Amino acid sequence: MEVAWAVGQVGALWVAVVLGLIVVPSALGISLGISEAYMWVLVKTLEWATRRLQKGAKKPQPQMLQTPTANGIIERDETPMEQEIDRLHRADFEFSHIFYFCRKGFEAIVEDEVTQRFSSEELLSWNLLTRTNVNFHYISLRLTIVWGIGVIVRYCFLLPLRVTLAAIGITSMIVGTTVVGQLPNGSVKNYLSEVVHLTCSRILVRALSGTIRYHNKENRPQKGGICVANHTSPIDAIILTNDGCYAMVGQVHGGLMGVIQRATVKACPHVWFERSEMKDRHLVTKRLKEHVADKSKLPILIFPEGTCINNTSVMMFKKGSFEIGGTIYPVAIKYDPQFGDAFWNSSKYNIVSYLLRIMTSWAIVCNVWYLPPMVKKEEEDAVQFANRVKSAIARQGGLTELPWDGGLKRAKVKDTFKEEQQKNYSKMLVRNGSVG
Amino acid sequence: GLLSREDFQRIPELAINPLGDRIINAFFPEGEDQVNFRGFMRTLAHFRPIEDNEKSKDQNGPEPLNSRSNKLHFAFRLYDLDKDDKISRDELLQVLRMMVGVNISDEQLGSIADRTIQEADQDGDSAISFAEFVKVLEKVDVEQKMSIRFLH
Repeated sequence: MEVAWAVGQVGALWVAVVLGLIVVPSALGISLGISEAYMWVLVKTLEWATRRLQKGAKKPQPQMLQTPTANGIIERDETPMEQEIDRLHRADFEFSHIFYFCRKGFEAIVEDEVTQRFSSEELLSWNLLTRTNVNFHYISLRLTIVWGIGVIVRYCFLLPLRVTLAAIGITSMIVGTTVVGQLPNGSVKNYLSEVVHLTCSRILVRALSGTIRYHNKENRPQKGGICVANHTSPIDAIILTNDGCYAMVGQVHGGLMGVIQRATVKACPHVWFERSEMKDRHLVTKRLKEHVADKSKLPILIFPEGTCINNTSVMMFKKGSFEIGGTIYPVAIKYDPQFGDAFWNSSKYNIVSYLLRIMTSWAIVCNVWYLPPMVKKEEEDAVQFANRVKSAIARQGGLTELPWDGGLKRAKVKDTFKEEQQKNYSKMLVRNGSVG
Repeated sequence: GLLSREDFQRIPELAINPLGDRIINAFFPEGEDQVNFRGFMRTLAHFRPIEDNEKSKDQNGPEPLNSRSNKLHFAFRLYDLDKDDKISRDELLQVLRMMVGVNISDEQLGSIADRTIQEADQDGDSAISFAEFVKVLEKVDVEQKMSIRFLH
C-alpha cells in the first residue's frame, strides 16, 4: 500500500519535472539551455573517446580521419566504354573486349554504388554505442567504463524521459487538433492549428533529443508551394515541422498513425490518400494540384525519393511531384551520424524497434538547409527538372548524387538499362560502317 | 554464409552488365547453386594485382591465382560455355549476342565471329584453344585490365 503511494508520488514528481523543464518551455518556444549543456558534455566525451582509440591503435592512422568514405575502397577506372575499347585501336571485335565488361562486373561485386545506400553509414570513429561497433576492439578499462556509464544513462534515464515526452507530444497533438478542429473555418482556426502543430513538434523533437540547425531561413517554403526534401527516416517530417507548418501528404494508415491522421486533418488541410487512391496517379496529381492552386493553403511536404536512403547520397527523384506545377522549395537534410543513426532500414527493423533505437542513441543532430525556390523552365520536362532540384539538394547537403532509383531496395533493376549498355557496345562495333 | 545467384542479381550495376550472367556463373562450381566465402574469395583472387616482388619467390609452388596465365584462363572460361577447353564458333556467337543484344543482325554477327576465329585459329580446327587465345592476347596488358586495386 505504502509502496504504491510512494511510487505514485515519484511518478507525479517525474511528470511535474518533465512538464516544467521541458514541455512548457518548448510550448513557448524558449530554451532553458539544458539540451545545450547535454550536447556539450556529449561532444567532449566523444572527443575524449576518439583520442583514446587513436592512442590505443598500434599503427598510426592520421590519414584515416581525412579520407572521406565516399571514395570507396577500390580504385575505380572511370574511363568510358568507348575510350577503353578504342585504346585497342580497332573498332572490330576482339577477344580482349571482354576484359572491360569483366572488370566492371567485378568492381560492382566488390563495391557497388547502390546497395551500400540501403544500410547504415559506417562511422570513422566509434561513438560509444554498441550498435556501431564494427571494427573496434577493447582498448582500455577507462573506455569500457565510460561506455558502461553511457549504457546506463541512455537506457535508464534518457529512454524513459524520451518515451514520456513522446507520449505527451502525441497525446497533445491528437487532443489539440481535435479541439481546434471543432472551430469554424477561419483565421483563428488556422492560427491555433499552427500553434498546436508547432508545439507538439517541438515536444517531439525534444523527445528525440534533437538538435537542429536551420540555415537560410529566408528561403522557408511559402503558402501554395511544394516543399521537397531528401528522405532518411520518418522523423524527417517532424524535423521540418519544427520550424514551420506544412500540409502532409501520405497514405492513410491504421492504428495510432491513423488516429493521428484523422485528428490532424480536421485542424489543417493535410492530404491523406486511401490506399486504393494512391494507385491512381492522375487522381493523386489532381488533388495535389487543387491544393497548390489555393494560395492560402499551407505548402505541401513531399519526399520524392519514395523510400528511406541512408543519408550519404540522394537517389532518383520520382517525377510525379514535379509535374504538379507551382514553386518548388528544396530542402536538404543532413544528419550527423556521430550522435545517432537516423536511417530507417525498413527491411531490417520495424517501426517500433526503429523508434527504440532512435530513443536510445545519444541525440539526433542534423542540419537543415532551405534552398532558394525553383520553378520548372519552359524547355525542360519533369524528369530534367527533378534532376536539377536533386543536384541542388545533393550539393548543399554534401551528399553524393546517384541516378539510381530508391525502389531498387526491393525491386530488380529494369532490363532497359542492360539494353542500353548493349546498344552502346554495338554502336562501337559497327561504327566504321564495315563489319568483318 | 552462402551466396546464391539471386544475391548477385540484386546488385544493380552487375544486373545491367551484358555479361553479368557469365560473371555470376564463374563463381559457382560445376552444378552447384551456392558459393561459400572461400569459393567467393578464390574467384575474386583472380583480380588481385600482380606485385613485382612475387615474381621471384616461390618458383616451385603452385602458380598463384592472379598470375597472367590464370587471369587469361579466367577470361577464356567466360567464353567457353560448355567447358570443353575450346571456343567454338557457336560459343563465340552466343557470347557476342549477349554483348550486343538485339542491335546487330545474325549475318553481321556471324561474319564478326568468323573473322575473329579465322585470325586467331592456327591449327585450322575452326575453334580457339587456350594456347591460341593466349597468342592473340600476347600484346594486351592483361595485368592492368584484369586487376582491381584497393585504396589504402
